[in-house]
Amino acid sequence: MSGIKTILSPIKIGRRSFLKAAAVTGSIAALGACGSKADRDAFFQKNFRDMSKDEIARVIERLEKDYSETYGRPFSVSTAGPLPETNFGYALDISRCIGCRRCVYGCVEENNQSRDPQVHWIQVLEMEKEKGVDFLHSNLYYDHDEVPHEGHFYLPVACQQCRNAPCVKACPVDATWAEEDGIIVVDYDWCIGCRSCMAACPYGARHFNWGKVTIPEGEVNPASHYLGNRPRIKGVVEKCTFCIQRVREGLYPKCVEVCPVGARKFGNLLDKDGEIRYILENKRVLVLREELNTQPKFFYFYG
Amino acid sequence: MNEPTFHHRQNKNGLLVDRIRRDGLEKTIRLLSGLISLVLIIGVSVSPRVSGQPQVRDDLSADIQIPPPPFTDGIFPCMDCHADMETNPERRALEDFHDDIVLKHDEENRWCMDCHDAENRDMLHSASGKPISFTESYKLCGQCHGPKLRDWKAGIHGRRTGSWNGQKEYLLCAHCHNPHSPEFKKIKPEAPPLKPGEIR
Repeated sequence: MSGIKTILSPIKIGRRSFLKAAAVTGSIAALGACGSKADRDAFFQKNFRDMSKDEIARVIERLEKDYSETYGRPFSVSTAGPLPETNFGYALDISRCIGCRRCVYGCVEENNQSRDPQVHWIQVLEMEKEKGVDFLHSNLYYDHDEVPHEGHFYLPVACQQCRNAPCVKACPVDATWAEEDGIIVVDYDWCIGCRSCMAACPYGARHFNWGKVTIPEGEVNPASHYLGNRPRIKGVVEKCTFCIQRVREGLYPKCVEVCPVGARKFGNLLDKDGEIRYILENKRVLVLREELNTQPKFFYFYG
Repeated sequence: MNEPTFHHRQNKNGLLVDRIRRDGLEKTIRLLSGLISLVLIIGVSVSPRVSGQPQVRDDLSADIQIPPPPFTDGIFPCMDCHADMETNPERRALEDFHDDIVLKHDEENRWCMDCHDAENRDMLHSASGKPISFTESYKLCGQCHGPKLRDWKAGIHGRRTGSWNGQKEYLLCAHCHNPHSPEFKKIKPEAPPLKPGEIR
């Protein structure tokens, strides 16, 4: 051991400082190749939570310009923060859901999910009534002429917005975190695409952009939020945000609005007269994989 | 508790005085209740014409609106046709009109006049005979489906749209459930997602 040290010591460059030097050299080389100011700003853009107000304003201005040019229409990227005294909760009535997948596609359109390669934030699982909630025997790809199919019930699964979120702990670069109002968000520009969060999530609720995001012309939703539905880039992870761009403006999430049977309920957990508290206090409620102590804020109930 | 003073009169004519005062009081009460019922009767008779605008109801929170009932085009007001027709109270299969209605809603025990008012066809009526407007049909449904009405008022049963912290829109029971055949109809699901192998 001491022999090796003796041999290496005259060089006086450790692994860490070597990597630092390499990174700096590489960055300078890269910047030399693409010199526009916008590119430089994008390269040096910080984590959303570390940016000053001015920095955020500059980033938003650049993003809105980029998106407007790409999609050929005025684009807004909101940075609206959490509302005071708010902690969002969601409840889904398993006895009502008929598995029609209106929520899946309503979500795709509202949240600018890639159509090709296909990304769906909501996965509707078909389960046998005889087996109960049983993921091993569930079917995501059912294709009936009519639903509900005899002897089956449906369990839509998206991000459970855990209070003890394993995905947040798994992220090596703090690109995903829980906001004050309980929404788990991703800074797509800070995400390095390592997919550790996807491995950590027990609900399969996080999705990776394997290819360039494509949204047909005219179908893009230009009312976006930085931490929500703004179009993503290849190589980053995305997930349900309770429609952060809608709920922080006081609207219900899109899936709640499009559900034809009214199985989806949304509200403020801190409002003791609200819908979610009523459900928690009066209905039979379950959370998925309770044994993992993820403490979801997404509840399933029998209405 | 404030006892009326005449209960404590101790003079020799006390009883008489009490009775006179009490009679007066009873008359006033009767007059008042008469007036109140008159107002109620007028209120009901001029009442709830179904308008095209969502209406706010007294038994629901003020920021909740409900769209007008889902009538078939041109079917309402019913009295346009029924005003000149004699009411046939006989339970029977309809043949000349409304024969498209299939009753699958406790049909062994019920028929039209159990919910529709025989005198004023523009109204429904409760089991006790109290008129109920079509815009408040949930009061009729709730007589049997009490827990569902309770959940609906709390926003748990049925679709609720609008603002989670403000103005909301509810639907009437009849917007989703055909009252004559209330079971929710099956629909075609949207396409299944691609399997991982099919995604390029």
